[in-house]
Amino acid sequence: MADLSMDMCGIKSPNPFWLASAPPANSGEQVMRAFDAGWGGAVWKTLGEPIVNVSSRFGSIDYQGSRIAGFNNIELITDRPLETNFKEIAEVKKKYPKHAVVVSLMVETKEEWRDIIKRSEDAGADGLELNFGCPHGMCERGMGSSVGQEPSVLERITSWVMEYANVPVLVKLTPNIGDILDPGRAAVRGGADGLSLINTIKSLMGVDLDRMVPMPRVGDASTNGGYCGPAVKPIALHMVAALARDPKVKIPISGIGGISNWRDAAEFMALGATTVQVCTAVMHYGYRIVEDMIDGLSRFLDERGLARANQLVGMAIPNYLEWGQLDLNYRVVADINAETCIGCQLCYVACQDGAHQCIHLGTTPCQAYHGAHDHAQSVRLLEDPVAHDPLHAHKPRVPWVDEDECVGCNLCALVCPVEGCITMREIPHDAGRESWNERVAKSR
Amino acid sequence: MAWKLPHERLEKKFEDKKPLYTKAEALVEAHRCLFCHDAPCIKSCATAIDIPGFIKQIAHGNMRGAAHTILSANMLGASCAQVCPVEVMCAGSCVLNDLNETPIAIGRLQRYATTEGLRDEVQSQRKLFTPRPAVGKKVALIGSGPASLACAGYLALAGVKAVVFERDELPGGLNTTGVAPYKLVSDDALREVGWILSHGVELKCGVALGKDITVDQLLDDYDAVFLGLGLGRDRSLGIPGEDADGVWGATFLIRAIKHHASFTIGEHVRQIAVVGAGNTAIDIARELAELTAAEVIMVYRRSRGHMSGYAHEMKQATQSGVRFMENARPVAIESADGQVTGLRVAVPEGSYTVPCQWVVQAVGQERIAATMDLGVAFDSHGRIVADEHRRTSHPRVYAGGDCVNGGREVVNAAADGRIAAYAMLASWGLDY
Ligand SMILES: Cc1cc2nc3c(=O)[nH]c(=O)nc-3n(C[C@H](O)[C@H](O)[C@H](O)COP(=O)(O)OP(=O)(O)OC[C@H]3O[C@@H](n4cnc5c(N)ncnc54)[C@H](O)[C@@H]3O)c2cc1C
Ligand SMILES: Cc1cc2nc3c(=O)[nH]c(=O)nc-3n(C[C@H](O)[C@H](O)[C@H](O)COP(=O)(O)O)c2cc1C
Ligand code: SF4
Ligand code: SF4
Ligand code: SF4
Repeated sequence: MADLSMDMCGIKSPNPFWLASAPPANSGEQVMRAFDAGWGGAVWKTLGEPIVNVSSRFGSIDYQGSRIAGFNNIELITDRPLETNFKEIAEVKKKYPKHAVVVSLMVETKEEWRDIIKRSEDAGADGLELNFGCPHGMCERGMGSSVGQEPSVLERITSWVMEYANVPVLVKLTPNIGDILDPGRAAVRGGADGLSLINTIKSLMGVDLDRMVPMPRVGDASTNGGYCGPAVKPIALHMVAALARDPKVKIPISGIGGISNWRDAAEFMALGATTVQVCTAVMHYGYRIVEDMIDGLSRFLDERGLARANQLVGMAIPNYLEWGQLDLNYRVVADINAETCIGCQLCYVACQDGAHQCIHLGTTPCQAYHGAHDHAQSVRLLEDPVAHDPLHAHKPRVPWVDEDECVGCNLCALVCPVEGCITMREIPHDAGRESWNERVAKSR
Repeated sequence: MAWKLPHERLEKKFEDKKPLYTKAEALVEAHRCLFCHDAPCIKSCATAIDIPGFIKQIAHGNMRGAAHTILSANMLGASCAQVCPVEVMCAGSCVLNDLNETPIAIGRLQRYATTEGLRDEVQSQRKLFTPRPAVGKKVALIGSGPASLACAGYLALAGVKAVVFERDELPGGLNTTGVAPYKLVSDDALREVGWILSHGVELKCGVALGKDITVDQLLDDYDAVFLGLGLGRDRSLGIPGEDADGVWGATFLIRAIKHHASFTIGEHVRQIAVVGAGNTAIDIARELAELTAAEVIMVYRRSRGHMSGYAHEMKQATQSGVRFMENARPVAIESADGQVTGLRVAVPEGSYTVPCQWVVQAVGQERIAATMDLGVAFDSHGRIVADEHRRTSHPRVYAGGDCVNGGREVVNAAADGRIAAYAMLASWGLDY
C-alpha cells in the first residue's frame, strides 16, 4: 500500500486528509473522534475574541433531488472561550501526537496576534492558519476577507505573525477577489510557509418567497454568507492550480473547497495541493467518509504505481496551459452508440438548441447542410429536405451525428443519460500541432 | 355533492395498491424523469398529456401548474392517475425501461399533482379553470361515464351549456361502479364527478334514454347530442344451470362489493370459479381472493397466451392467490337444491367438474347501444360508428367511450370526450 503520510512545510500528518476549520473541528471531543475515524489532521475552528452567533445559520441548495449541492453559512468564528479551546487542543495533542493540529486564528491588532500565537504554541499547535478568508460578519470588523482582499494588509499582518511564530504558518485565502495570484504572492512576500484555499464565496442562498426574506432566515431578515460544498469545487480547483503553477509562489498548498471523496482529493493533489481540507462533506455525512478517502486514494496510487502520495502532488500541473497554448488542430466528433442509446433525444435537443445543429433524428428529413465542415459559418439550410435512413432499422429513435458539422463541443455527451453512449472520437489528421500563440507569432 | 354511499361496504376492506406519494417521494421520482424530446410516454397516452411537462412542474414545486397541465388534456386526469394500466401505456414506453431502470411512476406522479392541485383549489378558493361566458349553445350528453364527463367538462369550460342524463342514481359510470377498489374507491370517483360539475355542468340522474327521453327529442332542444352509453349487462355463457344460486355476472358482483351495504360473502363459499381471462375476470378474481378465504380459480377456454387480460395484472392476481386453469371450456353449472356445487368443464382429455359454490361469469358485456333506436349507424360488433372527430352517422350526434370502441380504458373514453367536445366547438366556429 502506498505511503499516504504528508509533510506540509514541516507539519506532519499520517495522511493528507484534514478537517477544515469549521464546525467539524469545533471541539476536542470532535477532533479526537475524527482522528479515530482516520483523519490525518484538523484545522481548529478559528479562534479569536469570542463572538455571538445567530440562529439559524445554514442554507443549502438541493439539485434535482440531491441534497446539499451547495452549502452556505453565516456563522462566525468560535463562540467558545479561548481557555476552553486551548485546554482541549493540549489534550488532543497529548493523546494524538502523530496527527496534525493546526490552529486557525483571526484577531486584529499586532499585540493580539502576538498573544494568541503564543497561547496556541503553548497548547501544542503543530502549525497556524491565518483566517483571512471569512466573507461575512468578521470582515465588517476589519478582519477575515477584508484582510484577504487587500494584498498589502495581508502581507503586513503575515509578516507580523512570522515575527512571533515558531511553528509553520499557513495563510488561508479568500476567493472573493479578482485574481488569486495577488493575495497568494502577498502571502509569500509576507513570509508564509504555506497557503490554504479556498475559504467560502460570498453568497445569498435564496429567497423564501412566501415571506420575501432571503435564506437562511434569522427572524424576519437574513444576510449574505459564505458558499461552499460540491458546487464550489471547480472554482477552488482553478485557484489552487493557478497558485501551484505560479513561479512566484512555490510554497505548499492545502486545497479546500467541495472535496467529498478520494477522487476530489486526488484531483486537488494532481493540481498541486499537498494536503486537502474538508468541511461540508463531513457536515453532511460525518467523519467516516474519510474511510473511503483513504482506501480509494491508496488503491488509486497503487494502480498508478506511485509509492508515495506526495508523488501525485502537481502531476497534472504541466498540462494546465493557457488557452493560447492549446492545439487548434486537435478535433473530436460525437459518436452515438446505437446499441446502448435509449432514444430519449436529449442530445438532439441540446445540439439543436444549445450547440451546432448537427444531431438529427433518424428518419425525419432535414434541411441542414451536410457538406464539408464549415462550423465557423452560421448554419446553412438546403432548399429541399434530405431524407435519411435510420441508423438502426429496429431503433428509429436513435439520432445521428453529422460529423462534418460537429464541432466536438461535448454538449451531447454531457447531457446523455446513458453512461458511455456518446463518446468523443478523435479525428486523425497530419497537420501537426499548432496553437493560437504559434499562429499569431507566425503571422507576425 | 349529495350522493350517498353506505358507510359499511366491502370496498373499504381493500388497501390502496399505489398510495398517494408524499411530497418527498414525488420529488425524488419527478427528478428521475429525463424530460425526453418528443417523449414516447406522451405518444402512449390516449389523451396525450404533456407528461415530462407536468413532471418538471412537480419537480419545481409548481403543483397547481402540474394539475393544470394534466387536466387540460384529460378532465379525468385524477381518476386516470389511479386506474390507467400505465404498465402498458405511458410508463410502458418510458425510455428508462431500455436503461434497465424502473420506468417513471407516471400514474403516481399524476395522482400526486392532481390531488395537490385540487386541494389547493379548495384551500385557496381559486379554481384552476374558469369557464368562458356562455356562448349560447346547449349539448345533451347521455350517460355520465368518463366519456360524457370529459366531453361535458370541456364544453362547459368553453361556455357551452352541458346537460348530462344518467339512468343510474349514481354518476360516474364504471369509474364509480366497476373499477377495482384497490385502484380507486367510489368516493374518489364521485369527488371527481363533483369537480367536473363545478364548472357549470348540469347532471340529471334517474333519466334513461329510450325510456324517459329519446335522441330525436333531445335534438329538438339541444344543438348536439353526445352518446356515452358504455356497455350493457354481463354476458352469460348460455350453458345449462345458470339460474342456480351462486351464479353471478362479474360487473354485477363488483358493484355489489363496491356499493351494497348488506352484501357479504357467506362462509359456505370455499371455492369460486371465475370464467374468463379478460381484465374484468382478473379484477373480480383478485378482489374475491383478497376479500375471502375461498380458493379462487380462473377458468379459461383457451391457453394462457391467448388471454386478453394484462400480464402485469395477472401477475398481481397470482400473488393474491388466484389460480389459473387453461384450455378448460365450461359446459354446465352443476347444482344441488338450487345451489351451485360445481362447474363442469371440457378439457382436451375429456371433461370433469371443478367443485365450487360460486360461478362468476366474466365473459364480456352486452352492447346495449345496438339494441336501442338511436338513429345512428352501428358496425357488425354492435358498436356505434364514429369518425375521427367522434361524429356518428348523424351530423349532430357524437359518441365516444366503450359504446364506440367496444370496451377499452377510462383514458380512451376521456380522450373521446375531449375530441368530440372540440369537434362540436369547431363545427360552430368556436375556440376551445
Ligand atoms: C370491471 C371493470 C373494471 C375496469 N377497470 C378499469 C381500470 O382499472 N382502468 C381503466 O382504465 N379502465 C377500466 N375499465 C374500463 C372502463 O371502466 C371503461 O372503459 C370506461 O368507464 C368507459 O367509459 P364510458 O363513459 O364509455 O362508459 P361507462 O363508464 O360504462 O359509463 C356509461 C354510463 O352510461 C349510463 N347509461 C347507459 N345507458 C344509459 C341510458 N339508456 N340512459 C342514460 N344513461 C345510460 C350508465 O349507467 C353509465 O353510467 C374497467 C371496466 C370494467 C367493466
Ligand atoms: C458552517 C461553516 C463555518 C465555517 N467556519 C470557518 C471558520 O471559522 N474559519 C475558517 O477559516 N473557515 C471556516 N469555514 C470555511 C471552511 O473551513 C472551508 O474553507 C469551506 O467550507 C470550503 O470547504 P468545503 O467545500 O469542504 O466546505 C466555515 C465553513 C462553514 C460551512
Ligand atoms: S459535440 Fe457539440 S456540435 Fe458535436 S454533435 Fe455533440 S452537441 Fe453537437
Ligand atoms: S442522449 Fe444518449 S440515449 Fe438519449 S438519444 Fe441521445 S444518444 Fe441516445
Ligand atoms: S419517457 Fe420516461 S423519462 Fe422520458 S419524458 Fe417520459 S416519463 Fe420522463
